[in-house]
Amino acid sequence: MNSLEKGQALTANRLRDGEVVFYTHAGAWSESIDDAVLATEPLAAKALEERGKQDEEGTLVTGAYLFDATRENGRVKAVHIRERIRTRGPSVRADLGKQAEGKGGAFGPALSGV
Amino acid sequence: MYRYDEFDHQFVRERTAQFADQTGRRLRGELTEDEFRPLRLMNGLYLQLHAYMLRIAIPYGTLSARQMRQLALIARKWDKGYGHFTTRQNIQFNWIKLEDAPDILAALADVEMHAIQTSGNCIRNVTTDHWAGAAADEIADPRPVGELIRQWSSLHPEFSYLPRKFKIAVTGAPHDRAAVKTHDIGLRLQHNEHGERGWEVLVGGGQGRTPAIALTVRDFLPENELIAYLEAIMRVYNLYGRRDNKYKARIKILVHEIGPDKFRQEVESEYARRPKQETQVEERELTRIAAYFSPPSFEKLSRWSVRFEEARSTDKEFAKWVRTNVAAHRVDGYAIANISLKAPGEIPGDASAEQMETVADLADRHSFGEIRISHAQNLVLPHVKRDDLYSLWQALVKAGLGTANYGLASDIIACPGLDYCALATARSIPVAQSISRKFADYERQQDIGPIKINISGCINACGHHHVGHIGILGLDKKGEEYYQITLGGASTEDSSIGSILGPGFAGADVASAIEKIVDTYLSLRKPGEEFLAAYRRVGAQPFKEALYAAA
Repeated sequence: MNSLEKGQALTANRLRDGEVVFYTHAGAWSESIDDAVLATEPLAAKALEERGKQDEEGTLVTGAYLFDATRENGRVKAVHIRERIRTRGPSVRADLGKQAEGKGGAFGPALSGV
Repeated sequence: MYRYDEFDHQFVRERTAQFADQTGRRLRGELTEDEFRPLRLMNGLYLQLHAYMLRIAIPYGTLSARQMRQLALIARKWDKGYGHFTTRQNIQFNWIKLEDAPDILAALADVEMHAIQTSGNCIRNVTTDHWAGAAADEIADPRPVGELIRQWSSLHPEFSYLPRKFKIAVTGAPHDRAAVKTHDIGLRLQHNEHGERGWEVLVGGGQGRTPAIALTVRDFLPENELIAYLEAIMRVYNLYGRRDNKYKARIKILVHEIGPDKFRQEVESEYARRPKQETQVEERELTRIAAYFSPPSFEKLSRWSVRFEEARSTDKEFAKWVRTNVAAHRVDGYAIANISLKAPGEIPGDASAEQMETVADLADRHSFGEIRISHAQNLVLPHVKRDDLYSLWQALVKAGLGTANYGLASDIIACPGLDYCALATARSIPVAQSISRKFADYERQQDIGPIKINISGCINACGHHHVGHIGILGLDKKGEEYYQITLGGASTEDSSIGSILGPGFAGADVASAIEKIVDTYLSLRKPGEEFLAAYRRVGAQPFKEALYAAA
């Protein structure tokens, strides 16, 4: 099954420490994008967004929003560069952030471009 | 340097305690994010891409060695071992946890620092000449006035909810190193024909999405009428500044919409209504503050240092650094040492905790414990004996801080950009790194001469791209980063806003494009003509041809 799925995932910052987190299948928040649940149709995305609002009220997270993502071979990837950087850590400090902790997802060794 | 009195201590401690309480209430769910956000922003705590970011005020860019050591401690204990010095002479920490923020503010209060008014629609940290109190061309040290403005504007109830943020810059020297013409209010100290000192008051400058050069509202304001006059300006702004549209709310829009004459008339009539006796308070207060800034106990030294001259003639690397990074001091036998935070390929403005501690130790040993932060994101030891320059430089080299490029092509201003910032549309740092690597060679940089390359990762222009001789603005074009180049900006006494040269470039192509621009300058300059002067003489056309003709 190598099909490419397109959809949206839910992200936020954990309230107490600001860590970037993703909403999972199990209804929890994970630090790794690989655990993110992907909503592939609008109703599911809307439901995800609602969960985000609830957890903001419950003081778990802050600033929850949906972002465009894909899933291939079980790995979730952000589409836009902003979300890719958020998911990995600064592109200029590979020694810091999720990328340095093995939680940076499946984007290869470094962001290209510059 | 200024030392807190009991009132300063009390109000910073009180604010720290308030914020600890507010943070606790937020974490327990007693405050919603909408209620809490303005409170944390009033204490400099932003939410950025990877974590919370704490912006700490460094008033008029002056730090003591003790304060620098405390910043190093914060970097190590609560961040990831480094900090970022900003174009507003502040420092930012990028990996702050909300639950740690009250402890950090308490640690700052221990060394007379805080993060108050580093965000929000209030009067922000006052910036000034990073050579203040040391520059050979200075009329007077601008920092006492910077401190006076800080005290007057801190938690000022009338000016805490302005239409938009408000930035004041002060210079005490004719050569403007504080970019006063691109601030909401710029103050320039000068002498009148009777030899009296007074301020040229400039209003309505700024960068961001609508760049503007400030207009002179008063040619000569007697020195001790400053606060009363500033109040008149703030009142006119508070009354007429637009609150309906965030993008039209800065004072520059007001000044340019109603015109300089009308604005001047409004300020002068407000000023005329004010009770005059208040200036006596100001004189007394300024005298009290100025005492804290009395010059350190300089020794009587000869202008000529044998030790320095010998080292310079025998050690070529040292001579290179002296040529670029050392500036004239107003006292014989002393020099200003500029420490570059722009080693080729490094991140502009970033310093590790170890580097901060090294600079603090060197400041204690060689510069009366004083350090300055420049808006170009470099550090300065303002009062170094010429006799000591060689040993200072050797220690800097050991710490990776001996780069000889101050004011040259690889001394690039860059905002954090999309690598850290939630507002950014493109990355700035990798572009700065690729350009600084390209121009790393010292001889080549010397040949090019003074040039300012400034990079912003979005239209808000924290990287001062509008006033770079070469400005680079990172934008998002359908999900891809691309970069617009402007030429001809300047931030000194002959300030100007750069003009867009043509279509933008992908990130990977920017450094080559800058190289073409520089090569074009080298081919057309007259002997001794600097980049900016050459551009102003020939205009954009030759540069456009070089960049776009072949395409």
